[in-house]
Amino acid sequence: MANTDKTQNLDQIVVRFSGDSGDGMQLAGNIFSTISATVGNDICTFPDYPADIRAPQGVLTGVSGFQVHVGAEKVHTPGDKCDILVAMNPAALKTQHKYCKPTGAIIIDSDSFTEKDLQKAEFKTDDPIAELGITCEVVPCPITSMCQETLKDSGMDNKSIIRCKNMLALGLVCWIYNRDLSLAENMLRAKFAKKPEIAEANIKVLNAGYNMGHNTHTSISHTYSVESNAEKKKGRYMDINGNKATAYGLIAAAEKAGMRLFLGSYPITPATDILHELSKHKSLGVVTMQAEDEIAGCASAVGAAYAGALACTSTSGPGICLKSEAINLAVITELPLVIIDVQRGGPSTGLPTKSEQTDLLQALYGRNGESPIPVIAATSPTNCFDAAFNACKIAVEHMTPVILLTDAFIANGSAAWKLPDINEYPAIKPPYVTPEMQEGWSPYKRNPENDVRYWAVPGTPGFTHRIGGLEKSAATGAISNDPDNHHSMVETRARKVANIANDIPQLKVEGDENAELLIVGFGGTYGHLYEAMQQLNSEGKKAALAHFQYINPLPSNTAEVLKRYKKVVVAEQNMGQFASYLRTKVAGVRIEQYNEVKGQPFTVAALVKEFTKLMEE
Amino acid sequence: MSDYTAQDYKFGQPRWCPGCGDHSFLGALHKAMGELGVAPHNIAVISGIGCSSRLPYYMNTYGFHTIHGRSAAIATGAKVANPDLTIWQISGDGDGLAIGGNHFIHAVRRNIDLNMILLNNRIYGLTKGQYSPTSVRGFVSKSSPYGTVEDPFRPAELCFGARGNFFARCVATDMSAAVGCLKAAAQHKGASVVEVLQNCVIFNNGTHESIYTKEGRSKNAIYLEHGKPMIFGENREFGLMQEGFGLKVVKIGENGITENDILVHDAHCKDTTLHLKLALMEGPDFPVALGVIRDVEAITYNDAVHAQVEEVKQMKRYHNFAELLETNEIWEIK
Repeated sequence: MANTDKTQNLDQIVVRFSGDSGDGMQLAGNIFSTISATVGNDICTFPDYPADIRAPQGVLTGVSGFQVHVGAEKVHTPGDKCDILVAMNPAALKTQHKYCKPTGAIIIDSDSFTEKDLQKAEFKTDDPIAELGITCEVVPCPITSMCQETLKDSGMDNKSIIRCKNMLALGLVCWIYNRDLSLAENMLRAKFAKKPEIAEANIKVLNAGYNMGHNTHTSISHTYSVESNAEKKKGRYMDINGNKATAYGLIAAAEKAGMRLFLGSYPITPATDILHELSKHKSLGVVTMQAEDEIAGCASAVGAAYAGALACTSTSGPGICLKSEAINLAVITELPLVIIDVQRGGPSTGLPTKSEQTDLLQALYGRNGESPIPVIAATSPTNCFDAAFNACKIAVEHMTPVILLTDAFIANGSAAWKLPDINEYPAIKPPYVTPEMQEGWSPYKRNPENDVRYWAVPGTPGFTHRIGGLEKSAATGAISNDPDNHHSMVETRARKVANIANDIPQLKVEGDENAELLIVGFGGTYGHLYEAMQQLNSEGKKAALAHFQYINPLPSNTAEVLKRYKKVVVAEQNMGQFASYLRTKVAGVRIEQYNEVKGQPFTVAALVKEFTKLMEE
Repeated sequence: MSDYTAQDYKFGQPRWCPGCGDHSFLGALHKAMGELGVAPHNIAVISGIGCSSRLPYYMNTYGFHTIHGRSAAIATGAKVANPDLTIWQISGDGDGLAIGGNHFIHAVRRNIDLNMILLNNRIYGLTKGQYSPTSVRGFVSKSSPYGTVEDPFRPAELCFGARGNFFARCVATDMSAAVGCLKAAAQHKGASVVEVLQNCVIFNNGTHESIYTKEGRSKNAIYLEHGKPMIFGENREFGLMQEGFGLKVVKIGENGITENDILVHDAHCKDTTLHLKLALMEGPDFPVALGVIRDVEAITYNDAVHAQVEEVKQMKRYHNFAELLETNEIWEIK
C-alpha cells in the first residue's frame, strides 16, 4: 500500500487526537503509537484526560486528547506541538488548536460542525476557524458520514456505527504517515476478540479512512514516513505507561526478594491504575487490599511489612498528607515500606488529572520529628520500572520506608519499553535474623557496616520482641526516655539513610563537556530537559544536563558536579523546592531557578528560550 | 493439652496505675493464651495508643505498639500478609471507637480473623481525663465541665451494624468469665470483638460499679451461655422472656412461669435481632449481658483473599514476572 512519490521522509512527527471523552481518542492514539513502535520508531505518548468522567457531549470540559511523538531516533517527550491535530468536534478544535504547529494541519470532522455543535462549544459565530484565528491548514473531512456510509449494510444500529468513527480518523492519519494497517487490524482483532463483528466493523472503517486519504488526497499534498533507525536497538518491546511500569517494578522486586507483595491502597487520581494493575496479578501471589481510607491503605501496609511482606502503598499528594503518621511509624520501627506518590496539581484537591512536582518537600520533610526517608523520583514512564524496583531494594535492604515520586505526566504517558531480563537485575536480600544471633539479640541491634537493624519477622522462633512508635533504647529495645539515647537514635536513623548514598549510582552529566550552563532537574521532567539541552547544543550553545533520580540521599558526587559549572539552573514544576533543597545540601553554588506550575508538561521551546536568555545574561 | 502456661506469655513489669482494670485483663489474657497453647512466636499483639495499648510490652510474644486508632488497620494488613499468625488487636474506647472508629467497623465488616479487644473504661486516661465516645450523656470531665451533650456509642451496636459475627462482653476483674470470652474469641474464625468493661481508678472510678464486683454481677448481670436458659439473680430466680418485639424480666415460679418458659441462648443464630437486644440491656430494669452474645461462623477475609489467589493461580497461565511480560502485546526489532 505504498503511497505516491510525493512521500517525504521525516525524522520525527507529532500527532494529537482529540475529541469528546467518549469518542475513542485514547484508543486511536494507542493504536497509532503501537504500530509506529512496531516498525521500529521510538514513541512517547501523553494522554490528556478531562477531569470530568463523562461531561455532556460536545462541551469544552469534556475534551480528551492523546498526543504521540514518533521518531526515527530516540524521542524523550510527547512533543510540544503537533504536526497533525485531529479534532472530532468544535469543542476539541477550540481547546486543542493551540497544540498545533503553525506548519501543521488540523483535520476536523466536518459532520460535527453544525450550528448546535458550535453552540455547545460556545462559539459566537458560524465560522469557528476565523473566530479562533487559526492560520494553519484546516482539512475538513466528513468523518461521521463516511463512517455511516461504510457500515450502512452492517446491520449495526446507528449508535454503534458512530462509535467506530475514531477508526476513520485513525485510518486517515495512517494514510498520511504511511503506516501499515495490518498491524492495526491485528490489534483490533485482539482487542475485540470476544466480539469479532465489532472488530471487523472497526477494521472496515479504518480501511475506509485510509482509502479516503488515498483516493481523494484529502487536500493534503504530501504523505510522510518516519524511517526506523532500528539497527542499534534490537530486541523485544512493549508499550508501557508509568503506572504499569511502577506496578511491574514492585512485582519484579518481590520476586527477587522472595517476599509476598502486598499493596494497601485507596483509589485516588492519578495513582489508581497501580492498584488496578496489581489487583490483576493474583496468579503471582500479589495481595492487594482496597482499604477504607488512605490512612488504612498505609497502615495495612505497615502491618503487612511488620508481618514480613514487601509492603507498598500507592497514592497522590492528598493521600500522602493522610499517610504521614503511619509512614513515621515505619520510620521509627525501621520497617521496609514503599510509598508511591503519583504527584498531581495541588494544594488540596487541586488539579487531580494534571501533573506537578509540588510534593517534593512534603516527601522529604512532611512528618513530625526528625524523620529521614529515602526519596526517589522516576524520570520517565519506562524508568518507573527501575525506580520502583530500586525503591523496594533500598526499603528492604536498609529497613526503611522509601518514598517513590512519580507524577501524572509519566504515570499516564507511555513509551516503548525493551523487555527487561529479570536475571540481570540485582538480588534483593532482606537482613533477616539468623538462629545464631539469638543470644543477646534486641530489635535495634544493627549491622555496623550500614547501621541497618536485623529483621525478626513474627513467626520466627526465639526472637519474640516488642516494637512501637515510642522511642526505644538502642541497647535493649525497651521504651526509653533517656535524653542521650534519643539523641543517638535520631543520629543513627539519619546516618542509616545517609549510608544509602554508598549503594546508589553517581550523578551523571549529559551533554556538552565544557558546558557554560548546567541544567538540573529531577523526576518526570527528564525528557523535556534532555531535549532542551540537545537543542541548545545543536544551536552551538554549551549546555549540559544533570538529572536527579535519587533525591535523598543525594548521589555522593553532587556537590562536585554542581561546582564544576559556571551557571546552574534548576528547572522544576513547582516554585523551587528542589533548588532550595540543593541549596541546603550544597554550599557555595549559585543556583538559578526556572519554575512553571501549570499542571502541564514543560515545553521544550519555552525551556530553550529561558535557558538561552540565562546563558546570555 | 497446651504445651504452655500463662507464665510463658508474661513479659516485663506492667506500669498501669494500681487498681486499673488493665492489670486484671492482662492476667486473663496470659491465662487464656496459656490454655489455648499457640506458641508465643506465632502470636502478634498489636495495639494503638492509650493506657490499655501499652499491653504488648507485657507480652512475651511478638508485639507492636502502633499509632492512635490505626491498630485494626495495621493488624488487618499483618493478618492478610501472614495468615499463620494469631493476632490480638488491643484497643480502648477512645482509640478503637473515636479516632479508630472507621478502622474498627471496616475490620469487623471484612471479617478479618483478628481477636479484637476493646477495653472500655468510658474515659481518656492517658491524656488525663476527657470524655470518650462511650461516656454517658451528661458525663462531667475535664473537657466537659458542664456535662457532655452527646450520646455514646454502644460497641455492640457498632459491631452488629458492621455485620459482626462475634461479640462477647466481660468485666476485667471477672477472671474466669474473661478467660472464657477470650478463648471463645480466639477459637472463633473471623473478627471477634470482646468488650472488656474496666474501671479507671483515677479518672472514672466506679463507671461500671453495678457489675464490677461478684456480688454486683449476681444481682445486675446475666451470664449468657449458648444452649442454656437465660436465668440470673442471686438465687437464679429471674429469667428473660420475649414480649412482643422486646424482652422482659420474669420471676420463675410466679404467674405460672417455669424454667421451660425462659429463652434459651442461641449464640449461633445468624439473625442479630435478639443478640442486639441482649447486648443493649442495662440496669435498673434489665441485667447487663456478659459472656458470648454472638458467635456465628462465616468466611474470613484472609481466607477469602488467599483462596482467590489460589483460584486465580489455577486459572491464569503466568506465574512469574518473566511470564507476566509475555502476556503483553510485544513486538520485536530484529
